Amino acid sequence: MSFWDICTRIGRNMRYRVDALGAFALFLLSGLRHIFDSRRILPRTLRQLYVIGCQSLFVILLIGIFCGMVLGLQGYYTLVSFGSVGLLGSAISLTLIRELGPVLTAIMLTGRAGSSMTAEIGVMRISDQIDALDVMDINSMAYLVSPRLLAALISYPLLTAVFDVIGIIGGYLTGVLMLGINEGTYFYRIESSVTMADVEGGFIKSVVFALLVTAVCCYEGYMTHKRRDSMGPEAVGTATTEAVVASCVLILAADYVLTSMLL
Amino acid sequence: MDHREKSRMQEDSGKVQGWDIILDDLTAGYGKQHVVLERINATIPAGKITVILGGSGCGKSTLLRHIIGLSKPLGGSIRIGGHDLFALKSETFRQLRRQMGVLFQDGALLGSLTVADNVALPLSEHLRLSKKVIAKEVRRVLSMVELDEAAGLFPHELSGGMRKRAGLARAIIANPRILLCDEPTSGLDPITAARMDALLLSMHRRFPEMTIVCVSHDLQSLEQIAEHVIVLKDGACLFCGNLIDLQSSRHPYLVQFLARDGGEGTLECGATMQPEVAEALARWLRS
Repeated sequence: MSFWDICTRIGRNMRYRVDALGAFALFLLSGLRHIFDSRRILPRTLRQLYVIGCQSLFVILLIGIFCGMVLGLQGYYTLVSFGSVGLLGSAISLTLIRELGPVLTAIMLTGRAGSSMTAEIGVMRISDQIDALDVMDINSMAYLVSPRLLAALISYPLLTAVFDVIGIIGGYLTGVLMLGINEGTYFYRIESSVTMADVEGGFIKSVVFALLVTAVCCYEGYMTHKRRDSMGPEAVGTATTEAVVASCVLILAADYVLTSMLL
Repeated sequence: MDHREKSRMQEDSGKVQGWDIILDDLTAGYGKQHVVLERINATIPAGKITVILGGSGCGKSTLLRHIIGLSKPLGGSIRIGGHDLFALKSETFRQLRRQMGVLFQDGALLGSLTVADNVALPLSEHLRLSKKVIAKEVRRVLSMVELDEAAGLFPHELSGGMRKRAGLARAIIANPRILLCDEPTSGLDPITAARMDALLLSMHRRFPEMTIVCVSHDLQSLEQIAEHVIVLKDGACLFCGNLIDLQSSRHPYLVQFLARDGGEGTLECGATMQPEVAEALARWLRS
């Protein structure tokens, strides 16, 4: 392969990526626009709220409690060497509200709800169901994507709040009940160190993650038929894997950007 | 005189009816490297049952996707009701497509909805009618396709023939001017396939203005339902005319196709298996 061929291949690949980025941006804008002009958005959003929100609640509770318990243990043994175990409440609550709550909730929802979104829409694409919607003059973006976006925008912040609260309870279990920190000190430190800005920051992060994860997962499913690396059922599998990986990377990258902006 | 001039003259003289589908130098495919149909010129007459016939991979379904407007042609045009389908503004294009009902190959029913909800979709999405009125209409259409009992079932609970009939019910519920069916009898047993043909014929009798286009390679179905036939081969239009002309054609490919003749190059199971493969297979079967 000549140098020229390599350059051509790189150039073609770059152009494909830039095209895909543009298509993704248009896809996201179209999905958001149809939230406002779709006639039957409410019943479809309620169904998606059940799928994304209610069905994910148990996993979020489970991850949240263990995350808080681990933070309690690690925090206690780190702080005890400095003689400042009283700060455990602050350490746990700030870590959860600012960082771990939004990030871990988004990553868990990617695995649980995002992957199923990609697979469901991908199967609909390869079995002509999306074409059937278009032929019936039913806007497939308004039917499939917008309700999922709206439901994610509502459920991500709520689940993040649940994660934060249950994580703080997890920290209480290990810090107060197991390791014997004073209960009043634990909650006083939380109250005195957490500001409204921290809660707002976590809320902003969860909204941004909701948009990114849902848009990426829906986009990968919707574009299953245009994949160059695989076709048919295999393409659905590849799209699902790619959606989960891309979402996780985007969550962490966006987290860094948002943290640097919010601090 | 080329086909474009012919069709224009026909239009001028008033011979072409409003809802004829005119394929004008249509070139279609998936990118310029993969052209499936090349310069197709044909007319699908309004109010008739047209069967698009051809071997596997000759571009029948691709042609159907272009008529529906799901894919854009690489060249040429498709005119429906005097309009160039792909030159229309988005709103007019959507209005025109509302006149079409499509039966996809496997029905393409939405998996999360019951048969009744699937069939109701075109009405419930676009019209402000009460649930009661829509439910009554759904029952009427489902009884036409003999699926009254299956209204509450989900698509995965249906047989292939039932899925196709449910797809047909959804395609006709909005009373389309053009009904397009992608292989309506493929994968069905002879009795179910015959019932599907009878259903299409009865619909044609009941709605004589409806243009029905079926993509098929089922010869028995062709004889039962076709009034007009388009035969495709290697991406070109080999024949466009009525069934009698097709049956009396002496074109070698058409004769061979209609006679279901495999030709001289018939495949035979001649070559023997490699000895090491045979040995390995025998060992595996004994194990």
